[in-house]
Amino acid sequence: MSENQSLASVEPVPDKGRRILLLAGTGAVGAVGAGFVAWPFVASWKPSERAKVIGAPVEAFIGDLEPGQMIRLQWRGQTIGVLRRTSEMVDNLSKLNDELSDPQSENADQQPEYASNIHRSIRPEYLVLNMHCTHLGCVPEYIPEVGSQPFEDNWLGGFFCPCHKSKFDLAGRVYAGVPAPTNLIIPPYSYVDDEHVIIGVGPEGAA
Amino acid sequence: MATPASNISRQLSNAGEWIDRRIPVSDFWKKHISEYYAPKNFNFFYFFGSLALLVLVNQLLTGIFLTMFYKPDAASAFASVEYIMRDVEWGWLIRYMHSTGASFFFIVVYLHMFRGLMYGSYKSPRELVWILGVLIYLVLMAEAFMGYVLPWGQMSYWGAQVIISLFGAVPVVGETLVEWIRGDFFVSDATLNRFFALHVIALPLALLLLVVLHLAALHEVGSNNPDGIEVKAKKDAKGRPLDGIPFHPYYTVKDIFGVGVFLTLFAFVIFFAPEFGGLFLEPDNFNPADPLVTPEHIVPVWYFTPYYAILRAVPDKLMGVILMGLAIMVLFVLPWLDRSKVKSIRYKGLGSKILLAVFVIAFVRLGMLGMAEGTWIETIESRIWTFVYFAFFILLPFVTKYEKTRPEPERVTK
Repeated sequence: MSENQSLASVEPVPDKGRRILLLAGTGAVGAVGAGFVAWPFVASWKPSERAKVIGAPVEAFIGDLEPGQMIRLQWRGQTIGVLRRTSEMVDNLSKLNDELSDPQSENADQQPEYASNIHRSIRPEYLVLNMHCTHLGCVPEYIPEVGSQPFEDNWLGGFFCPCHKSKFDLAGRVYAGVPAPTNLIIPPYSYVDDEHVIIGVGPEGAA
Repeated sequence: MATPASNISRQLSNAGEWIDRRIPVSDFWKKHISEYYAPKNFNFFYFFGSLALLVLVNQLLTGIFLTMFYKPDAASAFASVEYIMRDVEWGWLIRYMHSTGASFFFIVVYLHMFRGLMYGSYKSPRELVWILGVLIYLVLMAEAFMGYVLPWGQMSYWGAQVIISLFGAVPVVGETLVEWIRGDFFVSDATLNRFFALHVIALPLALLLLVVLHLAALHEVGSNNPDGIEVKAKKDAKGRPLDGIPFHPYYTVKDIFGVGVFLTLFAFVIFFAPEFGGLFLEPDNFNPADPLVTPEHIVPVWYFTPYYAILRAVPDKLMGVILMGLAIMVLFVLPWLDRSKVKSIRYKGLGSKILLAVFVIAFVRLGMLGMAEGTWIETIESRIWTFVYFAFFILLPFVTKYEKTRPEPERVTK
């Protein structure tokens, strides 16, 4: 080594390992900190405690429903329909299987386990249904009349969405080949007694 | 010798120098205005950049005043808009300037983007100018959507319902995501309140930042022109582009003329047709929001309808959302899809011209179909035009690579 080089080496040599360790350490701790700070802001967008309270279960009186009549009520801002089906309506349900996307209600997200049957309800007669179309959330119309309709030649009664022409049968099961991807949702519900259903709570012992 | 007048002017210039030593005001003025050399052959289509800026200022100014009277509360929002329209002095004018401004913003931006497509303004070295522009377009769409929710009419409400539920198509976390965006189990006061915050603070800030970046990128590479040749390639002894003229006074004067014509049309619509036959303000939005009653036809405002038609054309929800997203995202890669040696449509071959013309027809036709009721024949037609829309981007690399182009001129033409 010449004299010049040894002089140069007097200047402090950066310790690269130490620098990288400090950079990585500061970066990692900073990222964790940023995550912790970000969370309150992200979480503030979740439904508030008040919204959750307002979203509490609602009770409906069904004692005076005529066969074929439907009432609508609101639960968590969603329109919930309670339909008392006629025995003919219940019998017709099995005739449509070939035209439906999910006749056996195999998609477990669309109904609680206790409504996972052909009539999609706890008691065959009463249908409790979240009325919002599974396409984009519009409320389909209840069209019980059997016969030829502008949108379906052989209509056995059901629900028809005016927004994008999705069709559902009287158990809220979706027809194949319409925009809606899945059956209408059955909300959690249970019977308080023979004349009252409560929406938002499943039967005791059910999840 | 010193007259009072020259004394004052000397003091003024001293004050100017005092400021310039501390903040480079005159440097900035020179770089971006008085010595920014723009090609001398700008035509009609070059009005829309400055007009977009004008509309942005209009939206900010009228928007600030609207926030002074509007209440972002589900119980009083609709009534507060009626209050602005009926009781606030000149409130109707301020609101109509804002609502009409929103539609004019999109008219101007669509023409501005069409200019870019025509003259290849997205091609190297202006890829970032284009990409920043597409980002502006995206933020503008979010801004316009949230603004439309604020009056809390039926179309506000159900439009929000439809658009937010698009996020429900995301696998696994979709429903949680939708709940998070709404802040409730349905579109409600919480949703309105946060949309207000995003509409008046967050998105305008993002928009302003992006506009500054868009202009910074443009002024770095210089403006394109209808001939699509680089004026910076031919400079005089002083380093000024031979085919360039200073933005001020030449283009400031031209743009002021454009502003005059634009404001005439703008004022006409504000005064005589602010609803524009239901296109700018939809009839259903004159009914207060009602979560229990769905309007018969939920149609977004006209500037979203091409994408809405694409969404509806697909029978599968997730695929529809993906395709709609793709229809916008594909714009980002446009600079790399065009393989042509020339920029401007003037020197491209017949293939490019047909491609662009058919693309414009597809976009306009999709826009019309997006407003329609959606009968089966309309759905079939939407599918055809959706196919054409994407075919443009798929064919573009091949057509532009293999077609015969005409030689570009050395200097700009008239």
